[in-house]
Amino acid sequence: MLLFAVCLAPLAMLAWDVWRALAGDLEALGADPGEAIVHHLGEWGIRLLIATLAVSSIARLTGRPSLIRYRRMVGLFAFVYVALHFSAYFGILAGAELAALLGDLSERPYIIAGGGALLILIPLALTSTRAAQRRLRHNWRRLHRLVYVAAVLAVLHIAWLAKVSYVDAYIYGSLALLLLGERVFQWVKTSQKAQQNSRQNV
Amino acid sequence: MLIKRRATIQPSEITPEAVYRSRRRFLGTAAAGLLATPAFAAGWLGEKIPSGLGNPEFDEALTPFDLASSHNNYYEFGTDKSDPARHAHGLTIDPWSVEVVGEVGKPGVYTLEDILRPHDFEERVYRLRCVEAWSMVIPWIGIPLQAVLRRFEPTGDAKYVEFTTLYRPSEMPGQRASGFFSSIDFPYVEGLRIDEAMHPLAILAVGMYGQVLPKQNGAPLRLVVPWKYGFKSIKGIVKIRLTETEPKTTWNLSAPREYGFYANVNPEVNHPRWSQANERRLDGSFFGNRIDTRMFNGYADEVASLYSGMNLRRYY
Repeated sequence: MLLFAVCLAPLAMLAWDVWRALAGDLEALGADPGEAIVHHLGEWGIRLLIATLAVSSIARLTGRPSLIRYRRMVGLFAFVYVALHFSAYFGILAGAELAALLGDLSERPYIIAGGGALLILIPLALTSTRAAQRRLRHNWRRLHRLVYVAAVLAVLHIAWLAKVSYVDAYIYGSLALLLLGERVFQWVKTSQKAQQNSRQNV
Repeated sequence: MLIKRRATIQPSEITPEAVYRSRRRFLGTAAAGLLATPAFAAGWLGEKIPSGLGNPEFDEALTPFDLASSHNNYYEFGTDKSDPARHAHGLTIDPWSVEVVGEVGKPGVYTLEDILRPHDFEERVYRLRCVEAWSMVIPWIGIPLQAVLRRFEPTGDAKYVEFTTLYRPSEMPGQRASGFFSSIDFPYVEGLRIDEAMHPLAILAVGMYGQVLPKQNGAPLRLVVPWKYGFKSIKGIVKIRLTETEPKTTWNLSAPREYGFYANVNPEVNHPRWSQANERRLDGSFFGNRIDTRMFNGYADEVASLYSGMNLRRYY
């Protein structure tokens, strides 16, 4: 419940700012409200996406596998923010013109990367239910490993978008790298153990 | 055109004292950082503002002052567009002087007053198109750049004009923060070809919206070149150098593939990472402010001849 509120807070804050801006308060969203909305949603999209990756790592590193149960909610919120981010970009910045969207998609690497991340997150969100998990069985894990690709694309999206300051790209990039590194480390450890086991068996 | 010689004609000889005093009042107010100076609204200025030379009939709505003074790219005060309005108040703009060097007959250090006093101010309503694809419509107050440059007597070798922004990290927090995380170097440098600089549309601005320039908008002296992307219109000018070779300009050095020396507004030549075909005309609204970007920002009739025969894809 607390987690739900935390994940929802940035959206509520944005709604409040939009309300104030519509009421004529310039300070709420600044001179370029469309850009501010899109940016805010995107920022929280990548934060929650990385938080989703962090949930598994923290559960492993602290030896508290029960934490995993929070992963779905954080992941779904990440998807909601990314989907709203795209909708705001399309509806406001691209003027809801399909031609503008297609033009951007064919020419702008950062839009391609962002679009790719969104496309990946759609099936992951759709198969996030327990029922889907049961139906897909071990394929579910394979499918959901795509989240790593989405995270890398999201970081690229930010890096290619930056005009001069790469602070955001550095921060999110190194967090993503750290979390992916943790998984590689675990994977190497498990496969070494497996090797040792198979040697002992021989 | 008459070249006024400072040494021979004292401004006090040609300027009625009342006008001169009201100018002093204007400068004093500028120094105090106050807005809405009564001096500016006074008759003397109104009389001096002719119906904008080269200014097309303007049926486009002005950007509200609050937006134009709160949404600025002035990296000396931070990279966020709200940073300049928040951090520029600490900037000292009085005294202010401009160093004039290079290919000129009259180099030297000129006070702001030396530069402004002999000229009449004009109001010019211009579109401002940022390279980031947003735009505004701003009523500037200033003087034609060419009139000022001529007073320095450019030599035949003056092919370009280079402008430099103040470098004062103690008052410009963005200059302290540069380095690893940022890719532009300070001081900020911009430049124009001499024929661009001499074009009547290019002005040195000292005010906007009938007031002295807010510090975040480049007080006390900035360039406005309306047919080029906003980053060419350098703020807080402390140095003007006339030179035979093309100046090395800040954004061009930082990302040559993305920001050319010319940086003329051109809907057909995209920024490598985003389209320049349209822009968001900032008017405080959420929707419906997307408009098509025009060649040379709508000033093609006036300036296209400067670039005849040039491949604008190559010289972007």
